[in-house]
Amino acid sequence: MSVRTLTINNIPVAVEEGKTILEAAKEADIHIPTLCHLDGVSDVGACRLCLVEVENINKLLPACVTQVTEEMVVHTNTPKLQEYRRMAVELIFAEGNHVCAICVANGNCELQDAAIQVGMDHTRFPYRFPERGVDVSHPQFGIDHNRCILCTRCVRVCDEIEGAHVWDVAQRGENCYIASGLSQPWGEVDACTSCGKCVDACPTGAIFRQGTTSAEKERDRAKLEFVVNARSKQEWTR
Amino acid sequence: MDLAELLTIADTERKKQKSIRVHCCTSTGCQAANSLSVRENLTNTVKESGLSNRVEVLGVGCMGFCGRGPLVQIDPEDILYEEVTPEDAPSIIDALNGGVAKPLQGDSQHPFFARQMRIVRQHTGKVDPESIEKYIAVGGYQSLYKVLYEMTPAEVVNEISKSGLRGRGGGGYPTGLKWATVAKMPGEQKYVICNGDEGDPGAFMDRSVLESDPHLVLEGMAIAGYAVGAAHGYIYVRAEYPLAIQRLQKAIQQAKKYGILGSQIFESPFDFKIDIRIGAGAFVCGEETALIQSIEGKRGNPLPRPPYPAESGLWKCPTLINNVETLANIAAIIRQGADWYSSIGTENSKGTKIFALTGKIRNNGLIEVPMGITLREIVEEMGGGVPDGEVKAVQTGGPSGGCIPASMLDIPVDYDSLSKIGSMMGSGGMVVMDRDTSMVEVAQFYMQFCREESCGKCVPCRTGTVQLYELLAKILNQQGTPADLEKLEALCQMVKETSLCGLGISAPNPILSTLRYFPEEYQELISAYSLNSQVTS
Repeated sequence: MSVRTLTINNIPVAVEEGKTILEAAKEADIHIPTLCHLDGVSDVGACRLCLVEVENINKLLPACVTQVTEEMVVHTNTPKLQEYRRMAVELIFAEGNHVCAICVANGNCELQDAAIQVGMDHTRFPYRFPERGVDVSHPQFGIDHNRCILCTRCVRVCDEIEGAHVWDVAQRGENCYIASGLSQPWGEVDACTSCGKCVDACPTGAIFRQGTTSAEKERDRAKLEFVVNARSKQEWTR
Repeated sequence: MDLAELLTIADTERKKQKSIRVHCCTSTGCQAANSLSVRENLTNTVKESGLSNRVEVLGVGCMGFCGRGPLVQIDPEDILYEEVTPEDAPSIIDALNGGVAKPLQGDSQHPFFARQMRIVRQHTGKVDPESIEKYIAVGGYQSLYKVLYEMTPAEVVNEISKSGLRGRGGGGYPTGLKWATVAKMPGEQKYVICNGDEGDPGAFMDRSVLESDPHLVLEGMAIAGYAVGAAHGYIYVRAEYPLAIQRLQKAIQQAKKYGILGSQIFESPFDFKIDIRIGAGAFVCGEETALIQSIEGKRGNPLPRPPYPAESGLWKCPTLINNVETLANIAAIIRQGADWYSSIGTENSKGTKIFALTGKIRNNGLIEVPMGITLREIVEEMGGGVPDGEVKAVQTGGPSGGCIPASMLDIPVDYDSLSKIGSMMGSGGMVVMDRDTSMVEVAQFYMQFCREESCGKCVPCRTGTVQLYELLAKILNQQGTPADLEKLEALCQMVKETSLCGLGISAPNPILSTLRYFPEEYQELISAYSLNSQVTS
């Protein structure tokens, strides 16, 4: 396998061919904000937070799905990118019903983290206050669509790691929601193995364990890595 | 089937032709205006008046002048009748014996027709779209035969490259380059896709091509398949075009029966089969990666590019995806040569383009014009201008395009000129607006369309279009402030630069172009608010 060298924010980096800009940045200890990316599952390039500027390319590229090329010159934190990221986070906050004070994920929420990273203290856009439901028909878990940012991590983790494909996206545009089974109550979906990977994958408090109250949600992210390693490298202990 | 047989069919068909041919349009537009009854009455009248030996009545495809349908045209005299009702049939047939059915007669030499240059639409309105023999009679499938026996795939690609043909779906990517990329990709399995998911409001040229000359598109696809090394093609048509689907199905069946599609076409080693896939009403499925997902049976969401479909498309195989109109140009380029084709049009935009002329304009319909013609010629000469008024703006390119003010009507219509002034060729919709039209409302209409058609995958398009729409609504309600206007512009830039696919990237264009050319209309609405608020406080 050959190696590609590139510069990210003026830091030279050498990574294997086929790696993404996001992976290369990680190696160079450069943080790029993400929301839909999750280690261990495929990338979709949907949240647009990881967009970066690459010299001599006239459009912004999502770092999570763009492979590095030789002598690529990447900038991850220009004023323009900062502004767009902040705006994207503002749009996400205005889109759903995100009330941190009463959320299970308060203090342990990637959307909150993203807001802090991009310096978003308020949104310039009016809140949409959509009418969305809560499904607690599952005996152990619940999904509160008010807190969902449609990152589709649950969809991918359930499909690609658990192989159950309980989740998918229904409808389109602003009416999109995460549907369980054939758009049934979650508790009635036979395919669900109650493995809880979607709970761990969810960046916000949308999918949670029942019985947790505000600021109590904890995620076992290591579990995902463990399952992937167990299957691919036969490492069955952690 | 070999060439001799093909020519025999053409000959027999031509001999069968009667001396007077009454063409009656049976496309969707005219059908909706009762043209099927017109055709029936014409047929019966011919029978009753004993003219069957020299007169035939033919159901044909779209003649273009859709605003005045149903249309009946008579060859060889080239007489045109407009807005024909079934009751008019006797007087039209009587007129064949000398008289003229005056009140109905249109002007077949009107600039609307005379200024056109027909390559794609050469035979539409002249041949029966439901008969392969009629298509063969006008030289159909001879280009396919020619490439199979006289040209190598590389020569075909080269010919298309030399012609300068660019994608007619909107982006204007050089077709030859796309073909060459797919042809050079390694791999046994490749696909050709015809994108017939025409969804722009006010655009109906692809529908008309599919309904009026389905074999032309099939021939283009088979030639593309031979050139890039694909043995399987898909036509993706939206479900809203039932007549196009029905005629394509019939055309595919007929071609298979003659051995023109399927295995060993024209007894050569080349196999090519075509299947139809029907869309389910999502505009975003016109985006190539979403369209491919939809054919695969998945949710029609766009994917990040690269990889481009040419590298990894349908079922991860190299895939050539071209628009209906692009493929409909192929047979003519092969028949008449790249030099002929590249002699038409401007330096960087070759050939002709079909436009759907709609809105506040006298002559509604489809026109095929050489690239480089000015908007003024199209709107004022061919379209006849705005009835009782003046042109204010012309919207081109649908929800991805922009509004061109009347002061810029003299620009030539080609890919580069249009994108330079903030609009785009798009698929070819052209909506004319008069002085009474509010440009802010126009922007809001298109934003509502994008908001409803966003797939919801990426954040800027899913929620940005909603906020843009709401900002416009606020401004239109005279509640907007100067800060809102700034916010509107900033959000437009953000959605344009950060969206995942073409839908989001181009969604702000109607706002940006109206802000650029009609800023006073936004300003007026905003100062109306400041005035009101002063009065009330």
